[in-house]
Amino acid sequence: MTDSGQRRTGAQILWECVVREGVRDVFGYPGGAILPAYDAMLEFPIRHVRVRHEQGATHMADGYARASGRVGVAVATSGPGATNMVTGIATAMMDSSPIVCITGQVGSRLIGTDAFQETDITGVTLPITKHNYLVTRPEDVAPAVREAFHVARSGRPGPVLVDITKDAQQGSCAFDYDAAAPARARRPVPRPCADEIAAALALINAAERPVILAGNGVIQSGTSSALRALAERAQVPVAATLLGLGGFPASHPLSLGMMGMHGEAWVNTAIQESDLLIALGMRFDDRVTGNIRTYATGARKIHVEIDPAEVNKNVKVDLALVGDLRDVLDDLLPGIAPPPPGRRAWLARIRDLKGDSAVLDIQNLPDNGHLYAAHVIHDLWRATGGRALVVTDVGQHQMWEAQYYHHDSPRSLITSGGLGTMGFALPAAIGAKLARPDAEVWAIAGDGGFQMTMAELATIAQEQLDIKIGIINNGYLGMVRQWQEFFYERRYAATPLLSPDFVALAGAYGVPGVTVSRRSEVSRAVEAARAHRGAMLVDFRVEQEDTVYPMVPAGAALHDMIRRPSPIAETGADPD
Amino acid sequence: MAVTLSVHVEDKPGSLDRVASLIRRRAFNIISLAVGRSEQPDVSRMTIVVDTDADGARRIEANLYKLLNVLQVQNITTSPSIVRDMALVKVAATEQTRSSVVQLAEVFRARIVDVAPDSLVIEITGTEDKVDGLVEVLRPYGVLELVRTGRIAIARGARPAARAEGPRQLPGQAPVETPGISCSV
Repeated sequence: MTDSGQRRTGAQILWECVVREGVRDVFGYPGGAILPAYDAMLEFPIRHVRVRHEQGATHMADGYARASGRVGVAVATSGPGATNMVTGIATAMMDSSPIVCITGQVGSRLIGTDAFQETDITGVTLPITKHNYLVTRPEDVAPAVREAFHVARSGRPGPVLVDITKDAQQGSCAFDYDAAAPARARRPVPRPCADEIAAALALINAAERPVILAGNGVIQSGTSSALRALAERAQVPVAATLLGLGGFPASHPLSLGMMGMHGEAWVNTAIQESDLLIALGMRFDDRVTGNIRTYATGARKIHVEIDPAEVNKNVKVDLALVGDLRDVLDDLLPGIAPPPPGRRAWLARIRDLKGDSAVLDIQNLPDNGHLYAAHVIHDLWRATGGRALVVTDVGQHQMWEAQYYHHDSPRSLITSGGLGTMGFALPAAIGAKLARPDAEVWAIAGDGGFQMTMAELATIAQEQLDIKIGIINNGYLGMVRQWQEFFYERRYAATPLLSPDFVALAGAYGVPGVTVSRRSEVSRAVEAARAHRGAMLVDFRVEQEDTVYPMVPAGAALHDMIRRPSPIAETGADPD
Repeated sequence: MAVTLSVHVEDKPGSLDRVASLIRRRAFNIISLAVGRSEQPDVSRMTIVVDTDADGARRIEANLYKLLNVLQVQNITTSPSIVRDMALVKVAATEQTRSSVVQLAEVFRARIVDVAPDSLVIEITGTEDKVDGLVEVLRPYGVLELVRTGRIAIARGARPAARAEGPRQLPGQAPVETPGISCSV
């Protein structure tokens, strides 16, 4: 490592700043405009994971960040290298994931000339980054990189891109690390005043039918314990958004589960019947609320949120507590009074709702010999003791995972919620594994999403990573097919899917695999994968035209769910 | 309704792009946007007129504060303010009509800034209504070209304009419906 105060190239300054941020793992793909940075990287204690596509690099950085809470770093060259990052950056933006993307850029004198591999990547990524920089002088590298890390992790986290011209990487300047400390970005995080806290407490302590809505903010702010204290002290049930799963233990008696379009029926019903919603670090996404006009019309609403731009965006609230969730919960907890008598009846009502739903739960239906994805997820949850770090792709399997893998701890589910990015699972799992080498990491993907980024199998093999891969293979783009079934008269346009032999494919990369088509084989296959030292793939051949229930159709009221129609089958003995 | 925002931004490349792009991608319609230097070095001042309501204005304000280049946002829609628009109007003017056009310009306290054999250029500064009024009465003569600055505005009184110190208050607070409580962040 170099010392401050001497002349350094822009490339050396870049890595010195990155290393001083505590970064040791970087995901990237070299190319012409970023070559000076790659050359300088060899002088620094950085593990560089060369990916197979730059989208993978950004998802890896994202998975790394979500698994650890630390900033993930992705590197690419100019032009196509940078544009390949766009989907990953947008994914991180929608889910408030702190990543820093470093891209090479053509020489500063060539900017604007349509030079070879020139793309205005700061222009392209303007709407999908918290901030971005075009650095054209070596003197500007340190201020930009230091500020980028600060911006990525502060307030509501998010992605930041630093685009550095080739001459800025190659040129030299005096390097003073301390003088480059970020000043501009240090805006104070607001904290609600005493009157606002008192107003919130008055609403909470008086409510008879309250529900806590726990979002990604609970996980980002590390407030799972405080949330648990609030729920237990006030005896308030907790519903989670997709990204909030794990923020409150699923096994806790006050846990409701996931809300929204594919949330459990009792959760959505409870929200609709509530008299107070306490929204913590969530943004009332359309997939969570259903039709806004009919959303929890009898409920007062408290919104605790670090980003004031989220307040009253989708749902008008009665009280906004703008600030860091940790501060707000610290302020609220001492004032929580014993629950009013009506609270007991409310919890009993929710128990009844759960009981009604259990009748239609696929887990309680007799085995008819078919392999259902919900059973795969359930058996995976059992076999892993609920302690795996699961990284999902997007689609039906993602919703089944959210419903049937019960997460008890934060950062144990990593999934693309806001953007719904197919292809996320495999690369994000690589990032998660590097962030938490001791974790049992499972990438769960559909046959569609897996094929979008399956080239990263090579990265798994190259880095010799112990990642287990489960493909929920139903021969369709399942979630799209489901929409076609419900809303397009089963006209399956472009959703039937031809896939390669995934086990053979994995074998080509030196990754062993096994195919499972019966429920009796699921646990055995999971155990075999767990016992294997290194990556392994399990291809679960599940029922092809299965459906995620419940479902709130887009634009419908939250209580207006399509429910599982009837028991799947009479009894049917497992062929085994 | 038209909401007027006075926005101080760093005078750096990309500041205008970031502000305009943000308002566009949040699906608001910009009626006008005027930008130029302010009394502070390295700080530009924008006057942005957006077609939205008070809630929308709060959301724009909150989103603008998320941009690093934005230093201060003031919603001056209902504040006592001086609001001006400037226009240059090139109007057809023959020997027979020139004096009529000049008289009309005088009525509006506008100035003739260029005379050609078959046209005049008129400069007018005032409220948008006043500019609209002049343009309308000139139309029968033949408005050949028209250029307007869009609205610029400044609050009345001695309170200094924004300083580059970040937001003084955060938007987005709904009224607290609890008696005796009134508080804003």
